[in-house]
Amino acid sequence: MKYQSQKVAYAYFVTAMALFGIQVLGGLLLGWIYVSPNTLSELLPFNIVRMIHTNALIVWLLLGFFGAAYYLVPEESEREIFSVKLAYIQLAILVVGTLGAVGSYLVGIHGGREFLEQPLWVKFGILVAAVIFLVNVSLTFLAGRKTAITNILMMGLWLLCLLWVFAFINPDNLSLDKMYWWFVVHLWVEATWELVMAAILGFLMLKLTGVDREVIEKWLYVIVATALFSGILGTGHHFYWIGTPGYWQWVGSIFSTFEVVPFFAMMSFAFIMVWKGRKNHPNKAALLWSLGSSTVAFFGAGVWGFLHTLHGVNFYTHGTQITAAHGHLAFYGAYVALNLAMFSYAMPVLRNRAPYNQVLNMASFWLMTGGMSFMTFTLTFAGTIQTHMQRIVGEYFMDVQDQLDLFYLMRFGSGVAVVLGALLFIYSMLVVRREVVKPGPMAVPGE
Amino acid sequence: MSEILTKSRARNVFYGGSIFFVVVFVAMTVQSHRHIVQTSTAGMELSDEVRHGKHVWERHSCINCHTLHGEGAYFAPELGNVMTRWGALDDPELAYEILDGWMKAQPSGIEGRRQMPFFEITEEEMRALAEFLRWADQTDTQNWPPNDAG
Ligand code: HEM
Ligand code: HEM
Ligand SMILES: [Fe+2]
Repeated sequence: MKYQSQKVAYAYFVTAMALFGIQVLGGLLLGWIYVSPNTLSELLPFNIVRMIHTNALIVWLLLGFFGAAYYLVPEESEREIFSVKLAYIQLAILVVGTLGAVGSYLVGIHGGREFLEQPLWVKFGILVAAVIFLVNVSLTFLAGRKTAITNILMMGLWLLCLLWVFAFINPDNLSLDKMYWWFVVHLWVEATWELVMAAILGFLMLKLTGVDREVIEKWLYVIVATALFSGILGTGHHFYWIGTPGYWQWVGSIFSTFEVVPFFAMMSFAFIMVWKGRKNHPNKAALLWSLGSSTVAFFGAGVWGFLHTLHGVNFYTHGTQITAAHGHLAFYGAYVALNLAMFSYAMPVLRNRAPYNQVLNMASFWLMTGGMSFMTFTLTFAGTIQTHMQRIVGEYFMDVQDQLDLFYLMRFGSGVAVVLGALLFIYSMLVVRREVVKPGPMAVPGE
Repeated sequence: MSEILTKSRARNVFYGGSIFFVVVFVAMTVQSHRHIVQTSTAGMELSDEVRHGKHVWERHSCINCHTLHGEGAYFAPELGNVMTRWGALDDPELAYEILDGWMKAQPSGIEGRRQMPFFEITEEEMRALAEFLRWADQTDTQNWPPNDAG
């Protein structure tokens, strides 16, 4: 650790991992309710558990981004963070808000727009925390060295915080409500968060591979250009059937098809940098997560996104288990795995030890990635049958669902693998104190 | 990458292009906003009762089990066309009665069947909710869903 203030990232990462645990346990319970629907049906209905699952996901990913920013901005700007105290205040507000939100969901107090169910006071808390954060990192950034990595990171963070304003805008007209809702949801994951992802990935590549900054930064601008050029008008792939004009079918189809490009570019970028890199960095776990993230993001967002993005296809698949399959693999690859890559890189430094427990960490990668992939396959099969039986044959929803039991059982099984992987990851980050496997003999040169 | 594409050129293309696409997107949003208000949702008045119904819908977080116009959760049936399914699209009284009967029969308690919770909803709120669902159903959704199954 070069700068003392980077230490605040530690508190952010630990909080994020705790919420990650809650998120996947919530997911597991949801998966179980699909298998055995009477479970807790009166005490803790499906909709409440689902709010906890999705909200915990979004909050922990954001906490991870904030932590990553507090870790990398000092290093890139070559100075301490403007105010460590503000950073902790920001974290405290977010923790209180999160606990408050979960508590009020459990007693039945919540909004009714998907993902944005937080009570108003929590939404304001998030806004205040976002402002504190922006002030804190911006002052650090402005006073120090400016690099493409921090430029892009700052731009992504500013824009995503600004878009949060749309969380407060809820028109009475349902179609308007839906249109502006996507300004938060789509323009987060398919525009502004991609900027954050590219910046963090660039930072990790810089540290892990030792490739020239100049090369990395040029790649980054190309990647984020393709992300915004496609992703902004790509919002149209959500405007096909909600009361918006018909021309979105063409605009959405064409531009969202190009959304595959930045994900392909990020995957190519990661592999080419590792290929070209001269450095043999000992933190192999961070490297595995970085390559894994960009690859799974390409499949989850790029391939599974394209699968249902053309309006002729989406007419039939819209709002089926196909959507759930894509949502899971995309979020996992692009944002979960990326955050875990950053944690794997930074935690050993923050805890002041050499990279440790690589083996457990890497095992957790394969468990989680295997689990999420299998979950995606089972949901894709379930969704294909659902699309055919319900949208083409015209059988009633509940009757079709009755025929999908086997897939939901397999989805639950893959969920168990994901939970075990997540717990193993958290354990390897926080508990293990020494290298679990004795390092082998040094490789023979020239081998 | 070649010498023609220097880092500063790449950066300028990124900034310039992004501003261009934001401007186009905002213009299309303004037009879509108008289209929604004046055309696609103009089939039925957005009355106070419909507004109230939307709040009832939100307060109970129905969206985290059901889809509405295909968005939401995939645990329970699509509700954007439920009034069509019930044959109550043009009949407020019938819409209210079927909805009220349905909601009061929950949870079904049938073993192995997905359960919908029981909600405390007054008559006034139930009428509003029915009107909200009728209002949503008359939206011009470019003929989605493909059939009444939703
Ligand atoms: C990492 C990036 C991405 C994430 C995290 C993500 C996540 C999601 C999620 C959670 C939904 C469901 C939203 C809801 O609840 O209604 C969704 C829907 C959708 N996504 Fe993505 N997505 C990503 C990238 C993409 C890309 C690149 C494409 C296209 C190539 C795409 C195409 C779609 C489409 C067409 C839908 C609507 C599905 C429907 O009609 O039901 N996504 N996405
Ligand atoms: C133990 C593993 C998991 C299980 C069993 C699980 C299960 C579920 C279930 C049953 C739903 C509700 C789907 C519906 O509405 O019918 C859901 C929603 C969702 N989950 Fe998970 N989940 C798990 C892990 C994850 C992870 C790791 C992520 C992030 C990468 C995630 C992201 C989401 C998202 C974004 C939604 C909303 C999807 C949409 O609206 O399309 N889940 N999950
Ligand atoms: Fe999207």
